[in-house]
Amino acid sequence: MSKSKGTPGKEVAKAYEKYAMTFTPKPRYFYNCVKAFIAGGLLCVIAMLIQNRIMASGWEEKDAAALLTIILICSAQLLTGLGWFDTIAKVVGAGVIVPITGFANSMVAPAIEYKKEGIVLGVGGKLFSLAGPVLVCGISSAALVGIIYWFMGGMR
Amino acid sequence: MDYVYAFLIGGIVCAIGQVLLDATKLTGPRVLVIFVVSGVILQAFNLYQPLVDFAGSGATVPLPGFGYSLAKGAIEGASNGILGAITGALTSTAAGITAAIVFGYLVAVLFNPKSLR
Repeated sequence: MSKSKGTPGKEVAKAYEKYAMTFTPKPRYFYNCVKAFIAGGLLCVIAMLIQNRIMASGWEEKDAAALLTIILICSAQLLTGLGWFDTIAKVVGAGVIVPITGFANSMVAPAIEYKKEGIVLGVGGKLFSLAGPVLVCGISSAALVGIIYWFMGGMR
Repeated sequence: MDYVYAFLIGGIVCAIGQVLLDATKLTGPRVLVIFVVSGVILQAFNLYQPLVDFAGSGATVPLPGFGYSLAKGAIEGASNGILGAITGALTSTAAGITAAIVFGYLVAVLFNPKSLR
């Protein structure tokens, strides 16, 4: 490594990236896509079945949707805790990451990993290390949209 | 027929996510952010509502649906004044976010890390 001491770190990193690229297997785009499509589609169908079941037992549509979200999030988090979610995600990829289950998983997964840092700062803090950006960006943009709508309503 | 539409739309959104993960260098959390914000922006122009009417769970269960309910709450709240515009987003998604935080915390405290099987 003494020879590359003088070269800028960026060039070395770039060369390494190129070198590593020759070893990384090319993802099978189409195959992965089909798997994500089927898994994501099935998940949505199951969600619809559950929601219809809830509505059949006398809940309003809005409440049923909220209840469904709670059920999906809790089951995804339980699967993450048991260690099964990663196994499923490894097979179907975005099929379970893009639905709300992926959001639920992204909260629990880092929180469990950092458990040894304590229950308050470790678990409580890392719960938002991945979900934080999603919530911050989502809520900020939604609030901005709401304020713009309020502004436009005031002008009329 | 509703189930077929839910399957198709939900599947397509997930397939788009898979393409983003594979073809670009975007990591999982970034893809999640992109999906939520795109849901917010689409609903800001009232473009996501037709998809929800068409596909039901197929549009609300994937993450753009989360952005959709954030934006929908904010827009509905905006008609009640500035305070509604600020509180609306979280009011409409309070159930999901609270469940995710409380149950997530519980699971993370109860379970121990496991290696990938």
